[in-house]
Amino acid sequence: MVRPHNMLTHKQKRNLPLHLMIIPGALVILIFSYGPMMGLVMVFQKFSAGKGFFRSPFVGLENFRYVFSYPGIWQVLSNTLLISSLKIIGSIVFPVLVALLLNELSGRRFKRVVQTAIYFPHFLSWIILGGLMIDILSPSEGLINGIIGAVGGTPVYFLGDKNWFPYTMVITELWKEVGYGTIVYMAALTAIDPTLYEAAAIDGAGHWKQMRHVTLPSLMPTILLMAMLSLGAILNAGGTLSAAGSSGFEQIFNLYSPQVYETGDVLDTLVFRLGLGGTKYSVAATIGFLKSIVSGTMMVLGYWIAKKVAHYEII
Amino acid sequence: MKKPVSRRIFEAVNVILLTLMTLCAVLPFLNFLAISLSESSAVALGQVGFWPRRVTLQSYAFVLQKLELAQAFGVSVAKVLVGVPLNMLLTLLIAYPLSKSKEEFPARNVYVWFFIVTMIFSGGLVPWFLIISKLGMIDSFWALVIPSAVPVYNVVILVNFFKGIPKGIEEAATIDGATHWQILWRIFVPLSSAALASTILFCVVNHWNSWFEGMMLMNRPSKYPLQTYLQTFVVGRNTQLMSSEAMRNVGIVSERTARAAQMFVATVPVLMIYPFMQKYFTTGVTLGGVKE
Repeated sequence: MVRPHNMLTHKQKRNLPLHLMIIPGALVILIFSYGPMMGLVMVFQKFSAGKGFFRSPFVGLENFRYVFSYPGIWQVLSNTLLISSLKIIGSIVFPVLVALLLNELSGRRFKRVVQTAIYFPHFLSWIILGGLMIDILSPSEGLINGIIGAVGGTPVYFLGDKNWFPYTMVITELWKEVGYGTIVYMAALTAIDPTLYEAAAIDGAGHWKQMRHVTLPSLMPTILLMAMLSLGAILNAGGTLSAAGSSGFEQIFNLYSPQVYETGDVLDTLVFRLGLGGTKYSVAATIGFLKSIVSGTMMVLGYWIAKKVAHYEII
Repeated sequence: MKKPVSRRIFEAVNVILLTLMTLCAVLPFLNFLAISLSESSAVALGQVGFWPRRVTLQSYAFVLQKLELAQAFGVSVAKVLVGVPLNMLLTLLIAYPLSKSKEEFPARNVYVWFFIVTMIFSGGLVPWFLIISKLGMIDSFWALVIPSAVPVYNVVILVNFFKGIPKGIEEAATIDGATHWQILWRIFVPLSSAALASTILFCVVNHWNSWFEGMMLMNRPSKYPLQTYLQTFVVGRNTQLMSSEAMRNVGIVSERTARAAQMFVATVPVLMIYPFMQKYFTTGVTLGGVKE
């Protein structure tokens, strides 16, 4: 019989390489993720680049007062919430519908062609797609307004009209991401036990009833999970939280212009213009900080619900 | 068994809907491609729809002879060639220990939280920029690969995959005297080709598509990666694109056709790896998002 403390030391020795493996990556994260978190000390400072984090004067909650009385901050917040919530709802509803339609296809080749086409835009950046959108949405010479004109409509300035801009963001985001978004649901559909359908068919359920009573309930955990995981993106003006992070910023930054700031400016673009376009470093950092707190809370809440209801664990 | 009429109608409608979706995804690209391949006079007259008119490669010739574009393309290729192996090395080295159970590796949960917190909370843009500039990385190529060297989302994908590898294989190797290092490289890596392929592809696409770091951290345009170059000179509506030398091509190349051509030059690499990706990205998405 081996004595417990001997086992422990043996285990510790054997585990040493595990620690060593993690160290390089942990250092990168420490410097470039935790570093900026430490840098958030600047939200209590009147930060200037010359004085740095250590010598900039502390001003208490001055930056927070400034942010909450900043003209237009509530407008920016409501723009963000509108764009985010429409994108989140759309990026759940449409992929589910499209996955259901794809699932009903009998021809494999046709299915493959559709999937190949609709997944593709996801893999291009908002730089490429921004260039594409600016071209096809142009009021004078673009493809879309050409079609609108051909059926007798009046041209729409999708990117320059402040009433259209937020919806243009939602539609173009969905155009890019809906196809790719179907993948998780397609995977969930293939996991459904075929005997459920057989049983339903024996009970006399047709295709519609099978879809309503077998397919949709089987997708519910996935739908709920995706909804919960999207909560953290509510202030990003993006759809779901993707690996790339705040896609809302990349899209809006590349497509907006001063004439649509009123409806198109979101928290991330405001932070960018204040902090890196201008020199209001501390104010911009404060908005970023508040945003991160709210997003983080929503995300934890989302994961918590997902864990309780769908037994989801991230890692 | 013959299908009922309602079912046949549904199937027809379904095919029509999905065909429309497919066209929606493809036609904008076709239109843009046709513009890049047409003479600008035909484009300006609105004659170009989904098929090029008065076909010419002059727009491509024009953008490809631009030194800045070639330079930026080179920076992006270097970014992928250096950044992706670095991503994968660090991801594997983190994922292997984290795939151990808490009983085997008691510190596991501490490390898991250390990484997960960065997915939940971030310091934000301004301190991120200030830290990197304080480290003297502005205008350094390394600023484009090191700060983003650990894609935590990919770590999650690989940990979840590694956890699915039967314990017995590892135990047998341990009894035969294999070290953790050997188990990772000789057993886990060969067994995870599908998950590795999908994470590699995510990394390639991320590196190829990222432009923000280039814009923030590179002051000199000669250091820009391709997407940053396109952002400043094409999407950012900076009109330096068409210099006087181009005016000799009036009627054949215009700002619009040149812009379309540049976009396609940047899309070609993605198009080239896309067929390979399709086989694998489903694995990555399902491992990162939904598990049984």
